[in-house]
Amino acid sequence: MNLMTMLQQLTGGMLVSIEIFVSTLIFSLPLGLLICFGRMSKNVVLRNIAAVYISIMRGTPLMLQLMVVYFGPYFLFKIRIAPAYSFIAVLIGFALNYAAYFAEIYRGGIESMPTGQYEAAKLLGYNKFQTFFHIILPQVIKRILPSLTNEVITLVKDTSLAFVLAVAEMFTIAKQIASSQTTMIPFIAAGIFYYVFNLLVAVIMNNVEKKLNYYK
Amino acid sequence: MKLLEMKHIKKQFENLEVLKDISLTVEQGEVLAIIGPSGSGKSTLLRCATMLETIDDGELLYLGEKAAFSENGHAVYVKNTELKRMQGNYGLVFQNFNLFPHFSVMKNIIDAPLRVQKREKEEVLKHAQELLKKMGLEEKENAYPYQLSGGQQQRVSIARALAMKPKILFFDEPTSALDPELTGEILKVIKNLAAEHMTMVIVTHEMNFARNVADHIIFMDQGVIAQQGTPDELFNSNNPRMREFLGKFDS
Repeated sequence: MNLMTMLQQLTGGMLVSIEIFVSTLIFSLPLGLLICFGRMSKNVVLRNIAAVYISIMRGTPLMLQLMVVYFGPYFLFKIRIAPAYSFIAVLIGFALNYAAYFAEIYRGGIESMPTGQYEAAKLLGYNKFQTFFHIILPQVIKRILPSLTNEVITLVKDTSLAFVLAVAEMFTIAKQIASSQTTMIPFIAAGIFYYVFNLLVAVIMNNVEKKLNYYK
Repeated sequence: MKLLEMKHIKKQFENLEVLKDISLTVEQGEVLAIIGPSGSGKSTLLRCATMLETIDDGELLYLGEKAAFSENGHAVYVKNTELKRMQGNYGLVFQNFNLFPHFSVMKNIIDAPLRVQKREKEEVLKHAQELLKKMGLEEKENAYPYQLSGGQQQRVSIARALAMKPKILFFDEPTSALDPELTGEILKVIKNLAAEHMTMVIVTHEMNFARNVADHIIFMDQGVIAQQGTPDELFNSNNPRMREFLGKFDS
């Protein structure tokens, strides 16, 4: 196998990694907000369910969670697993796991908001929905951006865990090529890929932070 | 017309009685100042009057309409939709402004009239510009709160409250978070509002200001109204608690 074919195959894996990354963000960011609402709810049952959920998701390895999502349907309900399910299982596993982390980040941000903002909104007649989405959330996002950046960078590297379900993402392919061709090159390429990807994430997040610096 | 009536208000935090049977009325065009030492319950009274706190017992009326009434020794509030509507009668200026930091000065002022009251944009903008002019902030409409001094921020928050066209304006120690040299500008704004017969309830530490601007002063001490009357009556009173309190300001 020459270098070109190697890189070609790695590029395919790269696209899958990016797909996992983007889908995880799309699903887990809103889901995390929902879980955060549960976690902060006045309803004790809801609050406890969210707390246990977060505790389990953060307390067990993501790799294990991916396997549970993938093999669970078969072991629990004897449903035959279609091969294409492995990619969906990865997306579900990542979304569920990252939502738990995001929920806690949102919660930290929301709880750091001064009560005066809620009181001012109440006196001006904003309803709860307007108060949250119009007054509170924009400020929360600014506050939590540095923690979000951390989590997103971790996600880039975590996409490599999809290899446990044999999803053909960057790392899975690099590993395959490395063992079949007995060469280090795919690993080096993979390393460069993850590093550049994260550099990009850091630059983008930094720009977003700067954009939000129009107020304090 | 009575814009605000509070009758036999009681409020307790844990086992601490903060308000013990307080009654007061605010007539249209009246300026009421509430003074008293820290912990006397004056801020709690204001928070109860603006429904940021609920009362434990007593009656609360806006424009003669009951927001809360007493039943078997407990206050019962009317339906939320009714309360929300009544809330539109008043505005509140906070001690620490509580402007929305992510909104420009202009947006702070026009957002609620547009979004909540659903008024015409053109009319709201015109009104906001008038208010900014009145507050001496014409140049600042595009600034963000953090770019303003405390006194300017407080003037924006007064404009924000006035933009809702409230019938009563409450002030919770509006100058306490300001440097002494900035206090004057806020007091001047409030004085101008008084001259326009704006109905106001002001919790304040500024004795001379209360004396100058208020039609009626309530002196609170340990959860009760220790004394009330016109500024002259109060400042010449022989009430020992009142004298002691005033004495601290004279020295």
